[in-house]
Amino acid sequence: MAHSTTLQPTAASAAYVDAPRTGTWDGGNEPFKASYGKLMMWIFLLSDTFTFGAFLTAYGLIRHKHGVFTGQAKDFFFSTAHWPIPEKVFNAFPGMHGVDLPLAFVALMTMILIFSSVTMVLAVEAGHRMDKADVQKWLLWTILFGSMFLCSQAIEWTHFIGGHEEGTRMADGTIFHGANLVMNQYGPPLFGDLFFFITGFHGTHVFSGVCLLVWCFIATTNGTFEKRGHYEMIEKIGLYWHFVDLVWVFVFTFFYLV
Amino acid sequence: MSAHAATEQSAFTGEIPKPNTAWIWKTFWILVVITAIEFAIAFSMTSPGLRTFRNSIFIVMTLLKAFFIVGEFMHLKHEVKSLIWTILIPTALLVWLVVALVTEGSYVGEVLSHMFSS
Repeated sequence: MAHSTTLQPTAASAAYVDAPRTGTWDGGNEPFKASYGKLMMWIFLLSDTFTFGAFLTAYGLIRHKHGVFTGQAKDFFFSTAHWPIPEKVFNAFPGMHGVDLPLAFVALMTMILIFSSVTMVLAVEAGHRMDKADVQKWLLWTILFGSMFLCSQAIEWTHFIGGHEEGTRMADGTIFHGANLVMNQYGPPLFGDLFFFITGFHGTHVFSGVCLLVWCFIATTNGTFEKRGHYEMIEKIGLYWHFVDLVWVFVFTFFYLV
Repeated sequence: MSAHAATEQSAFTGEIPKPNTAWIWKTFWILVVITAIEFAIAFSMTSPGLRTFRNSIFIVMTLLKAFFIVGEFMHLKHEVKSLIWTILIPTALLVWLVVALVTEGSYVGEVLSHMFSS
């Protein structure tokens, strides 16, 4: 075997370099019986959990700081005095203008993301069997569902920014439609801010995931992983992808349901 | 050395084992059913008096979904115990932080509405 690096092992240590390391402290030990790459991904995901945990914590504090609408849901009205009921805000579906379909679109988005998680596991499973064609197939499905989710989120944002037709009368007497970072028609200004930051941060994660998956698909097609002898890269990207799905499960509950 | 051996191995087109996907679809259906139940509850339990009870159901179901995604899809259930705890303990502290600041938020809101307004 020819080394092209500048750091050449000395002749005496050549045999040592070739032998697999077995000692506890010289690299022969795998902490947690997990490979280096997977362990790093787990630790990264833990740090990412802190990021989203910070969002969730801020959301919980801000939401409980604001008043609650105490009446029946059917009498609900938008006001900066109380936190909005999510199903009154997110009740539109693309192509169904003016029809009250609470949470229908977000249900679709949730299903798309669960599907993408399943196709991702199927890709990982195909990688274990060294089945290149299956890995390609399932990666393509995952990329498709991921992109569909991003498009849905773009529609969701457009609708949230554009606002409902009737709008809400603000303190100065003018009618305001939609939302920006300073004010919104749905409730306290921070409601809009949290929506943009939490779903935006999650969407950025999905976008990064789709980019990684596209790269994985190209590498699979080129036979990179087959030459390497294992598809562990798919597994690592898979861990990331499931984490993004997991974050959505929490966003869905705390932003849309509760 | 090792890269060369791997190339030879992949050039040999051996038989690909049959897919083993039953557990994946089982987990998928569990996730779908939990989400469906969440929607059913969101629309059938609308009385303001039941809000706390309803939200506790949502949180329990969310944690259940998280268990299946992390345990099965991310395979954490089948890793060694020390790795499981390495992930779970910091996350549990985070849950504590969320609960603490939600409580704090209610207090801040109360103070703001009772002490600084008429």
